[in-house]
Amino acid sequence: MLHYIGRRILQLIPVLLGMTFIVFLIIRAIPGDPAQVILGQQASEEAIKALRTTLGLDNPWYIQYFDYLKGLLTGDLGESLRTRTPVVDEVWPYLAATIELSVFAIIIAVIIGINAGIISAWFQNSWFDYLAMIIALIGVSMPIFWLGLMNQWIFSIELGILPTTGRENVRDPVDVITNFYVIDTLITGQFDQLSTVLKHLILPGTALATIPMAIIARMTRSSMLEVMRSDYVRTARAKGLKMFWVVYKHALKNAIIPVLTIIGLQMGLLLGGAILTETIFGWPGIGRYIYEAIGFRDYPVIQSGILIVAFIFVMINLFVDLLYGLIDPRIKYD
Amino acid sequence: MRKKKLVSLAFLMLLLLATALYGCSSDNASENTEGDSGDTEKSGDPKVLIFGRGGDSVSLDPIAVTDGESYKVTKNIFDTLVNFGEQDTEIHPGLATEWTAAEDGLTYTFTLEEGVKFHDGTDFNAEAVVANFERWAGGDADKFPYYGSMFGGFGDEEGHVIESVTATGDYEVEFKLKRPQAPFLKNLAMSSFGIASPAAIEAAGDKFGDAPVGTGPFKFVEWKRNDSITIEKNPDYWVEGEPKLDQVVFRSIPDNSARLNALLSGEIDLADGITPSDGATVEGNADLQLFERPSMNVGYLGLTTTREPFDDPKVRQAMNHAIDKQALVDAFFEGRGEVAKNPMPPVISGYNEDIEDYDYNPEKAKQLLAEAGLPDGFEMELYAMPVPRPYMPDGQKVAEAIQKNLADVGVTAKIVSFEWATYLEKAANGEADAFLLGWTGDNGDADNFLYVLLDQDNIGSNNYTYYKNQELHDILIEAQTEVDEDKRNELYKQAQVIIHEDAPWVPLAHSTPLLAGGKNVVDFKAHPTGSDKLASVDLK
Repeated sequence: MLHYIGRRILQLIPVLLGMTFIVFLIIRAIPGDPAQVILGQQASEEAIKALRTTLGLDNPWYIQYFDYLKGLLTGDLGESLRTRTPVVDEVWPYLAATIELSVFAIIIAVIIGINAGIISAWFQNSWFDYLAMIIALIGVSMPIFWLGLMNQWIFSIELGILPTTGRENVRDPVDVITNFYVIDTLITGQFDQLSTVLKHLILPGTALATIPMAIIARMTRSSMLEVMRSDYVRTARAKGLKMFWVVYKHALKNAIIPVLTIIGLQMGLLLGGAILTETIFGWPGIGRYIYEAIGFRDYPVIQSGILIVAFIFVMINLFVDLLYGLIDPRIKYD
Repeated sequence: MRKKKLVSLAFLMLLLLATALYGCSSDNASENTEGDSGDTEKSGDPKVLIFGRGGDSVSLDPIAVTDGESYKVTKNIFDTLVNFGEQDTEIHPGLATEWTAAEDGLTYTFTLEEGVKFHDGTDFNAEAVVANFERWAGGDADKFPYYGSMFGGFGDEEGHVIESVTATGDYEVEFKLKRPQAPFLKNLAMSSFGIASPAAIEAAGDKFGDAPVGTGPFKFVEWKRNDSITIEKNPDYWVEGEPKLDQVVFRSIPDNSARLNALLSGEIDLADGITPSDGATVEGNADLQLFERPSMNVGYLGLTTTREPFDDPKVRQAMNHAIDKQALVDAFFEGRGEVAKNPMPPVISGYNEDIEDYDYNPEKAKQLLAEAGLPDGFEMELYAMPVPRPYMPDGQKVAEAIQKNLADVGVTAKIVSFEWATYLEKAANGEADAFLLGWTGDNGDADNFLYVLLDQDNIGSNNYTYYKNQELHDILIEAQTEVDEDKRNELYKQAQVIIHEDAPWVPLAHSTPLLAGGKNVVDFKAHPTGSDKLASVDLK
């Protein structure tokens, strides 16, 4: 097992290295001069030239690339061209905000998606099955910005029960410790604030959960249908075991593996693909951090941001692969 | 058996529902949904104003930035030597109570307000002013971009206008200039030149932009990047009775519709960047009020004068006749703006009222094209802005309307668009035949429009049309050093006549940017520069 993990981590190195190279090249293929963008419309020719030199943009691309790699090895992700702050120092709050939102979204998606899939399979071709699958179909094709704005309108303006945007009530801010606000409010024991923070998570969380929820529901349904037809399930039922236990204890265990893969992939996609949700709900996450950096040609931020997200994506996949073995001991790692 | 099945199904459904509704049910009415403005109405509660805007600040050191979002905050943390008027760009006392300018325009002496303290408790005095100017003059364009562009350079550079800044008393500062600079006082009033605590700068070094210290009505409290910036009342503020609010929180909500939603639900008290089409919604809501920012901008169609056929003034005049500007303003600015005839808005002194605009006259346009040897029209590329700006709410649609206008006179325009940074770069390189663009003034001076946008010195930077006219150049340079206000205005009027004749632009509109606020916001006055001082704003 350890051997397997070690090998997988070693395999990560060329993957990540290749990624740094591709991202580096693509970013530089975008037209637009960062010095011009930073200094704005007002800037003079000399000012732009001077800034290009200080930023090292005058060097050939391969020198810039090796400088970047050298920095990476020492844990230096470069300095944001816009704020002049090392990326390492400023990235964490954004990353934490996105992780918190994604975890919340994936929890909603998994709980609702798996249960809806199971019930649909259990009562195949019933009204619930049809309804759930229609909703799932709408879910995958729903434009997030529309859904987000409609939810704001219904739940915030009309019903007044949920906040529209942001992570917290700014009139009563959370004391930041870890930057995961749910955890921070638990640490400080402020339970009324915990409820405010959770309320802020609901609208963006459900908007973000919509697509994975639908995908998970469909995957669970088809996987369950297959397992339910197998001999051991028939045996279990013939023994007179209650349907609930047959489904949740016996069938689910075997049906869950392909679903798990999907969940892992979706989790990774959420991390990088939350830009729209973060924009509509004013969520200060990494998606928006990278998106705004693109507008400013803030190379170090774009590079490092994508690299971090990709790294987490790869790590989640590794974690999911390891989970298989825990769920199904027949899966061996050699 | 069947009954049990139903029971377990019901149990499952319950579980599902409970999960979905967890958040809603976990807290009840005991805690108000935030932003319930009832909070602020109770006496004794702190008055917190929440200002929703489109983006975050870059840095809170005003001299280090050029973006409007940064100034919106720093304007409330720092004071400048002189101030703009409440809603115009007239000069009023600030940290300097009075000043005298020598006859030759080379020496300015400022008398400073006494007893003012920086937020860190150190004294504001003549030494502090000198220290700030020394810091700026010792920098470079990379560190302090606006200092160089407003005062002609840094340190010993030839163009640098300021020769010396000396403390001639505890509360008296003397500026010596190398040559007269007409917009000198207006420059000093710009948000970038907020006076910072020298002690705090020394202590913070490069990090001063994260922990700004000025003499302003509000003190910096906290900055959560891309989320919110909090500033609180400066109880020792030197202006009697100000500030009225206890706290101001600037929140970034990038999406315009979401920002309006946040205002409608009461989570924010003021919202910046209301799109013209939402203006009516706000006006129709009894709980809200609409604020119009006096216009200090211009949106235009630039015609690159080095490219055929726009190298012929007749063709450029034809373009001016071909475009129905009134229809554009009515349709895309929802009437909240006025048709432009000059390259600068009427609020700027020196504006030439007497210029008669090219009327919308397709026949005249065709005739001019025929005279220019293009009776069958021509083909061109029309650059449409990819981003909304106050001076151009929807570049794509404006371009489409212009395309139709041009088709009517036989000109085939192909609309192209690029990502914003690329768009600016291509326009600056003179690669566009014609392009939509605009400008918002920095200091309310005519020089900041006419010289910056249309003088030959600025070809390759802000003169995107590559327009060049020696006579105009001479006038604009003369105006820069003319201290007599009337003579100076006369020069700018002449300049506008020349520009009108040569027609490098089709000036389109001066738009009115909109803000919206709750009815409980009192005494908010939107400033034409785009950054608002909130010292006299109150919540009732």
